[in-house]
Amino acid sequence: MSVLKVQNLSVKVGAKRLLDGVSFCVAQGETVAVIGPNGAGKSTLLRVLSGEIAPSSGTVLLGGRAPQAWQPRELALRRAVLSQHVTVTFPFTVLEIVRMGAGDRRGKAIDAMAEAALAAVDLSGFHDRIIGTLSGGEQQRVHFARVMVQLACGEEAHGPGLLLLDEPTASLDLRHQLDLVSVAHQCAARGTTVIAIVHDLNLAALMAERVIVLSNGRLAADGAPSQTIDDSTVAQVFGVSSAVGLMPQAGVPFVLPHRAERLRA
Amino acid sequence: MSDAVISGTIPRPAGSRLRGLLKGPLLFPILLATLLIVVIAATAVGGAGIPLERIPAALGLADPVAMTERDRLVLLSVRLPRIAIAIIIGALLAASGAIMQGLFRNPLADPALVGVSSGGALAAASAIVIGDRMTAHTAPLPFAVLPVAAFGGSLVTTAILQRLASRGRTTSIAIFLLAGLAIAALAGAGIGLLVFVADDRQLRDITFWMLGSLGGATWEKVSLIAPFLLVMLAAVPFIGRGLDLLVLGESEAFHMGIAVERLKRVAIVLIAAMTGAAVAFAGVVGFVGIVVPHLLRIVIGPGHRKLLPASAILGAILLLAADTAARTIAAPAEVPIGVLTALVGAPFFLVLLLRQRGLAGL
Repeated sequence: MSVLKVQNLSVKVGAKRLLDGVSFCVAQGETVAVIGPNGAGKSTLLRVLSGEIAPSSGTVLLGGRAPQAWQPRELALRRAVLSQHVTVTFPFTVLEIVRMGAGDRRGKAIDAMAEAALAAVDLSGFHDRIIGTLSGGEQQRVHFARVMVQLACGEEAHGPGLLLLDEPTASLDLRHQLDLVSVAHQCAARGTTVIAIVHDLNLAALMAERVIVLSNGRLAADGAPSQTIDDSTVAQVFGVSSAVGLMPQAGVPFVLPHRAERLRA
Repeated sequence: MSDAVISGTIPRPAGSRLRGLLKGPLLFPILLATLLIVVIAATAVGGAGIPLERIPAALGLADPVAMTERDRLVLLSVRLPRIAIAIIIGALLAASGAIMQGLFRNPLADPALVGVSSGGALAAASAIVIGDRMTAHTAPLPFAVLPVAAFGGSLVTTAILQRLASRGRTTSIAIFLLAGLAIAALAGAGIGLLVFVADDRQLRDITFWMLGSLGGATWEKVSLIAPFLLVMLAAVPFIGRGLDLLVLGESEAFHMGIAVERLKRVAIVLIAAMTGAAVAFAGVVGFVGIVVPHLLRIVIGPGHRKLLPASAILGAILLLAADTAARTIAAPAEVPIGVLTALVGAPFFLVLLLRQRGLAGL
């Protein structure tokens, strides 16, 4: 059963089309990576899916309703979003930030959720640190923990929800990138649907069972990593000539880029 | 190995135990007790000195032998209403500053900064000069004209700002802040123009307004301004969490279930009403709105659910203390309260900034 239906979605700002006739469905528990070059419309797609902006035309249905049709509070129990950059101007502690994911709820159950989420992102023992004093990667992991708490609360209320990630690994070191992938897999195993914008094609292949390729606001490819991440797609969409191989055991593609080509129109 | 380490909590540095108590259950009892002490001190101090031991009698709480009619008059119709006004205005200024800082995600935002206070002051100055000309110097300006003008001025300024910063359903906080700076400058120019054309008496009235004063407090004024404090206190639980989440950014607040546009509108109306009420009754009193929340964030952290009510109480404490000083330092003359808060507040604020800079290692 699909939890998310996107049909003929277009977003225009002035005369510029950011998204143009995009359609796809996502089933519950699927992990989807969205890839594409800068300006392809990835972030716009995520903003539409999260309910932040309304489509110019076409429909998005999340749990059978347009995101805008939900009250923000109800929507927050059904989808959680991890943005690329979150700046916190006031000296909140790590625990205070993570607890924010739980909304108005307080108490032992929430503390346990926060504890588990911090452990999952390898930040146990950071509770009382002021978030501004942490490194960029650590801050990103704190926000991931906050989003996990929000997901857990939503799961209690309405069952597994939708997790939207905007370049979640951008500021993480290699080990924590893989940690994040495995946390995303655990979420998916419990039924959470995961959609992530990923720039690193190798990580996209590793994380997702399905890859959506966007190019100039249009859907360029949609399918399993082995079908979508190949040298012709990489050449056409990114303008990069590369060697694409398969990892021996997992059968997951990996990309070794070696030269930028002139983009074919 | 201690229990704390085993249970996974990192040990806090020394001295933070006290901070923990202040942050926790002791915060409001300590603040309220301090307020009570300052109130008692303010009751006993003043130009018409009434020693502490005569106060219970004057209030009719003790053997009335020691009481004098003069004591009672001074206390009930001069000093107590003034104390009440100081408490209310201090609370309004500090809380509206805290709300504005949360809304703008900027610890330096203040209603005085974006012209909300200046708009009120401009309207008051206009009322003084133009109203005086219209009545052709024949009658004094009716009592209610100035506060109403100041309140209206603050509301109109905020409405203009809101309009400038809004496009469709969304309000740009950056435009609001920058347009506010322009409007503050414009209001300042307007006041300058009025000062230029004013005669000596009007000039004194305008100056009095610009410097701020709690003089002339009556129970009538208290009953007019008290509702604003009550509305604010009632609103705190509804906007506290929203302001906390807004700290992460408007998108994040929305992602976590906050109706962001509604929150911004409510916050802006509250700021306008509270600042307008404060300017209407006390003129321009600066720095309370910046210093109080700043100080509290250091001790209790930035969470708005505690910060807003705590700011209100600490604002009340500080303004009452400042006003008591203002009317005793040079008694029987009074130092303008706005001058005093700026004199104490501005250097204090600089110290806070330098301290933060030290902490951040900049």
